[in-house]
Amino acid sequence: MIKTLAGAEVARQIGEQLPDTVTGSDETTVFVRSEAILDVARFLKESLDFDYLVSITAVDFLDHFDVIYHLRSMKNNYSVVLRTKCADRQSPSVPSVVSLWQGADLQEREVYDLMGISFEGHPNMKRIVLWEGYKGHPLRKDFILDVPGGGKAT
Amino acid sequence: MEIEKPYSLSDYDKNEAEQIEALMAAAKEPYPDPVEWLEEELERNVMLTTTEHLVDLGKRFSVWPNTFFPACCAFEVISAAASRFDFSRFGMEVLRPSPRQADLMIIAGTVTWKLAPAMRRVYDQMAEPKWVIAMGACTISGGAFRGSYSVVPGINLIVPVDVYIPGCPPRPEGVINGFMTLHRKVAKDKLLKKD
Repeated sequence: MIKTLAGAEVARQIGEQLPDTVTGSDETTVFVRSEAILDVARFLKESLDFDYLVSITAVDFLDHFDVIYHLRSMKNNYSVVLRTKCADRQSPSVPSVVSLWQGADLQEREVYDLMGISFEGHPNMKRIVLWEGYKGHPLRKDFILDVPGGGKAT
Repeated sequence: MEIEKPYSLSDYDKNEAEQIEALMAAAKEPYPDPVEWLEEELERNVMLTTTEHLVDLGKRFSVWPNTFFPACCAFEVISAAASRFDFSRFGMEVLRPSPRQADLMIIAGTVTWKLAPAMRRVYDQMAEPKWVIAMGACTISGGAFRGSYSVVPGINLIVPVDVYIPGCPPRPEGVINGFMTLHRKVAKDKLLKKD
């Protein structure tokens, strides 16, 4: 059984090494500033043995986006959730973690494709599910679905 | 006590020799070949038909499907091909991975806009005469994904469709019914088109 680490405990350890990066925590999740995501991820990988990135996903809160990283340690069999806020709605961007976990490659492209969040430092930042030239990002809440049978969003 | 033998070995040899001698004495003329009844059978098996009907019959029972199975309806086609339903009864068991050798494209599953150019290319690569079966709700109209940003709302926007098999997914009986409907359609093909 995978043990879920307490967010507060992980946040405390990150805060000791990297001050001014953590903005909060709860029982499973550590909230960090988006500029510091690469430093925090490197610390989690190298010092706390989070060697496996399960998934990257994003949530649209209309005034901002959250990017969520599910991390797991195969060695110690525990997991934690890393969450960062992306305030700029016009051109949202967070640092890429492909340099740490190769598995982030396709996941970040999928988030870029469907949510429109760009990942700085990604080696191949382009659409993956949809095609080049598609207008908009369909999983955003303000996306207008103008297709046969789709109708218009209100 | 000694058991009495039914016959002696010398009697057996003598009997055999008599039979051979009798057969040799009788074998003077060869029997005639039984050609009379053969001709009669031949007369009973000749049917008169048109070339058109013959060609259509050939086309009808050698429809080779192409393997274009994008989603879960594929398993119903696979079931229809397997021993319980067995569409090789209709001469369709040769599933061709190459569109050049296929006559029928069974599109079994959700087609997305990203897959649509590949589907159109497979259709264009198939040699005439060719037919298309749209199988399942997704293929016919987009189904549960109609109105999605990525799914084609009906593949008749991309390729002409001969037979629609509704269902989500259709059972193998439905698939076979679709094949038989297609066979009826093929049987009405005109060899020489008027246009």
